[in-house]
Amino acid sequence: MGRTMAEKVYDAHVVRRAEGEPDLLYIDLHLVHEVTSPQAFDGLRMAGRPVRRPDLTIATEDHNVPTTDLLKPIADPVSRAQVETLRKNCAEFGLRLHPMGDAGQGIVHVIGPQLGLTQPGMTVVCGDSHTSTHGAFGALAFGIGTSEVEHVLATQTLTQNRPKTMAVTVDGALPAGVTAKDLILAIIARIGTGGGQGHVIEYRGEAIRSLSMEGRMTVCNMSIEAGARAGLIAPDETTFEYLKGREHAPAGVDWDRAVEYWTSLRTDDDAVFDREVVIDAAELTPFVTWGTNPGQGLPLGASVPDPASYDDPAARQNAERALEYMGLTAGTPLREIAVDTVFVGSCTNGRIEDLRAVADVLAGRRVADGVRMLVVPGSMEVKKKAEEEGLDEVISAAGAEWREAGCSMCLAMNPDKLTPGERSASTSNRNFEGRQGPGGRTHLVSPAVAAATAVTGRLAAPLDLGAAAGGSGGSSPQNETDL
Amino acid sequence: MEAFTTYTGRAVPLRRSNVDTDQIIPAVWLKQVSRTGFDKGLFSAWREDPDFVLNQPQYQGAGILVAGPDFGTGSSREHAVWALQQYGFRVVIAPRFGDIFRNNATKMGLLPVVLPAETVEALQAGAERDPAAELTVDLEAREVRGADGTGLAAPFEIDDYTRWRLLEGLDDIGLTLRHADRVGEFEKARPAWLPVTA
Repeated sequence: MGRTMAEKVYDAHVVRRAEGEPDLLYIDLHLVHEVTSPQAFDGLRMAGRPVRRPDLTIATEDHNVPTTDLLKPIADPVSRAQVETLRKNCAEFGLRLHPMGDAGQGIVHVIGPQLGLTQPGMTVVCGDSHTSTHGAFGALAFGIGTSEVEHVLATQTLTQNRPKTMAVTVDGALPAGVTAKDLILAIIARIGTGGGQGHVIEYRGEAIRSLSMEGRMTVCNMSIEAGARAGLIAPDETTFEYLKGREHAPAGVDWDRAVEYWTSLRTDDDAVFDREVVIDAAELTPFVTWGTNPGQGLPLGASVPDPASYDDPAARQNAERALEYMGLTAGTPLREIAVDTVFVGSCTNGRIEDLRAVADVLAGRRVADGVRMLVVPGSMEVKKKAEEEGLDEVISAAGAEWREAGCSMCLAMNPDKLTPGERSASTSNRNFEGRQGPGGRTHLVSPAVAAATAVTGRLAAPLDLGAAAGGSGGSSPQNETDL
Repeated sequence: MEAFTTYTGRAVPLRRSNVDTDQIIPAVWLKQVSRTGFDKGLFSAWREDPDFVLNQPQYQGAGILVAGPDFGTGSSREHAVWALQQYGFRVVIAPRFGDIFRNNATKMGLLPVVLPAETVEALQAGAERDPAAELTVDLEAREVRGADGTGLAAPFEIDDYTRWRLLEGLDDIGLTLRHADRVGEFEKARPAWLPVTA
C-alpha cells in the first residue's frame, strides 16, 4: 500500500524505532524565539549540555517587540528582559539571531520561508503552535513546548509517534473575492477546533493547488486551530518557483537533486488517509468569526447564531458564553457589527500579498472616523518590499498606521492591544477571550475583509464598498455569492 | 520531571469546553524567564470573577481539575502546564485535550486523563454535590476511582511508554542521549542540499 506525504516525510526522519517506544525523529530546522526558549536554555545550562546543531537553529525576536520606536530600548522592563535573555543565550550557545532592528528580523514563521530555510520534506519545529505554517512547503512542521525545545536543542531529535493522517480536499475553484483565509476559517468551522486532533492534515484539490505559497501558508498556519499539530501541501511548481534563488535554497546540481526528491514526496495514488473531508470551493464566501474560538465562524452574509439552535449541550453553552463575552445578540447580521480597531498582520496574514490586498482596497479610500487601523508587516523584509511598492503610502494615506515588524496585536505581548470591551477585525489566528488584550473582542477576517471593514467601520467585504474616490481600490473582480 | 504514581484528592469542576491555553495562562504572564511564579497567572482573567469555581472556598486545595472537551487547545505554551502544577493540580481530566498541551503535560508530570464525556459530567456533578469527596487517580492501574462505597471506577487509556516514564519520573533528554551514536549515524546520511543556518 502506498504512503501519504506526511508518512513519507516522517519515515525519512526516523533515527531509531523500537517496539513499545516512541520513534526518535530527526529535526532539520529549529526556529527559536524569546518567549518559549529561556527555560529551555536554563535547562541546558543546569545539565551542562551544549546545543547539538547550532547550524540547524535560528532565532529571532518577535512576540514582545514594539512596532514603533525601534531605536529606543523596549519600555516594558519584563519584555526587555526576555529579549535580552534571548540575546545572551544565543551568544552563549552560538546561535544565529535576528534581533529587533535587524533587516532579517520578523515573525519566526515569516522569516524561515523568506530565507529559503523551509524546504519540502524537512522536519521543522518551534516552540510555537503556528509552526504548522511551514507545512505549506510540504515540510512536516509542528509546534512544541519548552521541554521539547530543550530536547531539540540538546539532541536535534524529538520522541514522536507516527501521526494519523487526514485529507482535506477542496474541489473546484475558489470564487473571485474568496481568499485562503476565508477557506481555512470555513474548514475550521466545518471540522471544529478538535476536528484534526492527533492528525496531520494534508490539504489537496484544485483550490489548494491554485493558491500562491503565501495563501498556502495562511491555510497551513491555522491547522492548529482545527486541532491538528501540522498541515501540509504537496510541493509543486508553485513551491519550486518560490524557493528558487532564495538565500538558503539549494543551487546548481543540488537544486535538480532536491527537486527530484521533493517531487517523490507526493502522496501515492493508493495511499489511504485515516480520515477524509471534502469541501466544495464554489460554496465558499468571505468568512468571519463571531465567537471566542476559531471554529465559531460563518459567512459574512449570515447573522449571529442563536445558541438554542445547537443540539450539542457543550456547543450551546459555548455559544451562549461567547455571545455574552463578545457583546453580541443572536440574529444580528454580521455586517451590522461595528468595530473599533482593525489589525492587519501576524504569521497568518502578515506577508507581502496580504499587504497588497489591503492596499488594493484602501487605495483612494479612508479608514472610517473613530476606527484605528494597524498594519504590521510580518518581517522587516516584507516591510521593505511593501515600501518599495509604495504600499505604505497608500495605507498611510488612508489613515492607517504603518508599523515595524512583529507579532504585535495577534497576542498583545507588546504595547499593541485592545482595551476592555474594544472590538477588532483582525487578520490573525485566534479570537480567544482576551487574546488581543484583556476584555478585547476579536473577529477573525481576511486581509481584504479587514480593509473593507476599516473603511465602513462595520464588518464588510470589498464588494460592499462604493467606487473609490480615486486610485485603483476595489478594482479587482469580486463575486461574493452570499450578497 | 516529577514522578506520578497515584494521587488521591478533591476535584474542581470546570464546566467549560474549549478551554484554550490563553485562558489557562494569558500571554502577559509569558514574559518571565524563570520556571516559577506562574500559579498567580492561572486562569487570571477568569479569577477576577468572585464566582469563578477556583475562587470558591470549598475547592481550595483540590488537586484534580475536571474540565469539558478540548481542554488546552491553542498555543504551545508549556507555561499552561507549569501554572496548573504550581497552583497545586496534579491531574486534569477531560473528554479531549489539545495535542500539544497533553504532550507538554506528560513531559512535566501533570497527568492528563481522557475519560468519556458522560463520565466527566458525572465527576463534575459529584464534585458539585460533595466538594469534599475525594477521587483517586491510579496511573499504575490506569483507573480513576471514587471513595469506597461509591462504586465509581473509570478506566482510562495511556500508552505504556508514557505511563512508564511518568511512573519513573524520567527525563526524556537523558533517555534520548543514550542513543546519541544513532543520531550521529543518521546525520552522516542526510542529503547534502539540506540548508544550514550558519
